[in-house]
Formats: sequence, C-alpha cells, structure tokens
Amino acid sequence: MADTLPVKVTYCGVCTLPPEYCEFGGTTKKCEEWLEKEHPDMHAKLYSQGTPRYPMLLRSSQALSPDTPTEALAQNMSTLSVEAQKRAEKDAAKKATKAATAEKREAETRASSKITIKRIERNKRKYVTAVSGLEAFGLDIKKVSKDFGKKFATGASVTKLPGGGEEITVQGDLSEDIEEFILEKYKDVPEDNIELVEDKKKTKGEKAAANVPAQ
Amino acid sequence: MFKKDISAGAKSKVKSSAQRAIRSKVLEEYPKLEPYIEDILPKKEQLDLVKLPDRVSLYTLNSTPLFFQHMDDALLPHLTLVHKYPTAFHRLRIDRGAIRFVLSGAALMAPGMTSPGGRLPSKDLSAEDQERYGREDLEAGAVVVIEAEGKETACMVGVLKMGTAEMREKKKGQACEAGHYLGDGLWSMAL
Repeated sequence: MADTLPVKVTYCGVCTLPPEYCEFGGTTKKCEEWLEKEHPDMHAKLYSQGTPRYPMLLRSSQALSPDTPTEALAQNMSTLSVEAQKRAEKDAAKKATKAATAEKREAETRASSKITIKRIERNKRKYVTAVSGLEAFGLDIKKVSKDFGKKFATGASVTKLPGGGEEITVQGDLSEDIEEFILEKYKDVPEDNIELVEDKKKTKGEKAAANVPAQ
Repeated sequence: MFKKDISAGAKSKVKSSAQRAIRSKVLEEYPKLEPYIEDILPKKEQLDLVKLPDRVSLYTLNSTPLFFQHMDDALLPHLTLVHKYPTAFHRLRIDRGAIRFVLSGAALMAPGMTSPGGRLPSKDLSAEDQERYGREDLEAGAVVVIEAEGKETACMVGVLKMGTAEMREKKKGQACEAGHYLGDGLWSMAL
C-alpha cells in the first residue's frame, strides 16, 4: 500500500467533494450527472445497481433486501435504522431545495444586474473610467482592478462609493476597451448587461447655479 | 473552525529557516510522512504563508494548501493532503449516521465512533482494521483524521478532546474538536 502513495483522488466538479460524499452535498442530482459524464467507471461503482462496494455493510442490508436491485447508495443507507434514514432523507431533501433556490436566486440577480462603465471627465480632455456592479457576477473587485491595471498599463484602484459598495476607477478614457476586455476575459457576463455611461463634470456655471438655491 | 466561508488574507513567503522548522515539526508530528516529505515539502521550493481569519495561518506550496495552524497549536494537515497520504495519520472512523452532521460542521461526538459502524484503535479489531486504525489508544490532544463508514476518503481533520480509551468507556460527550471538514470554508477557499 505504501508504494501507491500519493493517492490520486478525484473531486466532483459540481460540489468539489470526493464523489462518494456527493450525496451529502445537496446537489446530488447534478453531481451524479457530472460523474456519469466525466468518470463513467466511478459512476458505475457509486450509483449503480449490483454488487455493493463494501461487503462489510452487507451484514445488515442482507436482511432487508437480499436480491432486490438496490443501488449502492441505498445499500449504504440500509445500515441505519429506519427512523434515522427518514430523518437523513428529509435533511437531504431540505438541503437540495435550499441549494436549488440559492442557485436560482443567483441566476436571477445575475440576469437583472448591470455592470456600469462610466466615463468621467476629470479635466478637459482627461478622463477616468469607473466600473461598478462587477460583484454581482461573482468577481473579486480587487483582483479585477489589478487585471485592469496590468492590461491597460494605467492606474486602477478600488474606491468606496459614498452610497456603499465599491467601484474600480481606471485612469484614462477606456470605456470601450474595458467592455471588450470584460467580455473576453469573464465569459459569464452577457454583453447586454454592460452599460456605457458618460458623466460630464459640471462646468463652473452649472455648479454656481446648483449652489444658489442651497444658500 | 471554518464554518463560514473565508477569504484568504495576506500571502507572504516563508523564510527558509522557518521552512526548515515547519518541515521538522511536520516530521515530528507525523513520522509516517517521512518517506514522502520530499514530495510534500521539497527543500528547494518556496512555501507561502496565507493568513486566514481568527489567527489561522495556512501553509501552501504553489497554491496547493498543505498545513494549517491556529496560533501556535499543532500543524493540521489540509484534507487534500490527507486524501493523498491517508496512511500517514492517526485515523478513526465514524458510522454512517454521523457523516451528515460532520459535514455540516458539528463537533464530533463519541457515540459516532463507539457504535458498530465506527472504529477506534483497539486490539480487538480484525487484523485488517488494526492495520488501518492502529492498536494503541490515543490521548486527548492527538491530531486525528476522521474517516467514514463505507467511504474511502477522509471527511474531517481534528484534535481529540478525549482519549480514545475514555471514549470507549463513557460513550458520551464531545470527542473531537471540529477542525476542518469536507466542504467547509477552508475546503472551498480559492487560493
């Protein structure tokens, strides 16, 4: 046994656990589909009917169902008392629905949220570009800002917004380039969800006009 | 310890002297890793230290997590490492009923291991199980890897709160400090 180390363990692509623990992850259905596609042999072992993998478990399960075609999963389950099984089942179902709703909600926010790329005039002919709304797509703002800085060779910083939340401020007029870059690099952002906005700094005259009523 | 999702803090390089210290500490704690130590902690490679919340530090090698440590407590192996070298650690087994509790982050209770599906190191086990789970009783404070009935890979790493002999006697109470389990914050953390 010692010379077979290190053991190569496959991890589920859906819930990241080793496949034998998928049944506890809440996304069992998806995990099973994934495993079937990626590792058919392992899928056969874990989910299939027929010979159980763990002969020692047979002791108690034999009494229950000696020759009905039980799945390997069911074989495992049968070592528990009926009551505990029911509880576990209920728990699993609860977990599954929870995971499903969470996923749905995430998809919804994803569909409804927008990335705003704003071009702000800083000083005649000089602009900064502010990007906000990235976090709804599961992106880490700090990392993205670093990427922007690297890609465009300009300063890119994360700034806190007064209304809460954060945005990335990139120096220079880069709105279109940034849009392209986002679409290319982060594939799960749909093009329709990116919005380009222009924000002109108020000229002196407008500012004065805005200030008058306040005084 | 990592029930909530955590995000990695600052990452820094480990001094080579500290690296040597870690290496010797690992060998002292887990002597059975000796043959593989070159694969796990190569002398020439640069280890990284990632700071995690609650004063936990994680040692990584090329962004594969290896060991984590709370303040100056024992170095605990990350589960990916345990999966690679399962034979190198003290192992216990829990019964099937306990798995779902462990995977949702509960502290491990003694009945999960004293029941027929569980395994504690003992002389009464079958030869195969003795090979796997050992014969000698473990003291409180030992680092253990928890396996599960009917599963091949480990599901948790923790520190014993109660000696295994006491566990067998009492069959009650918390047996193991919940450390790091499958699917917890440390497990799902992206480096």
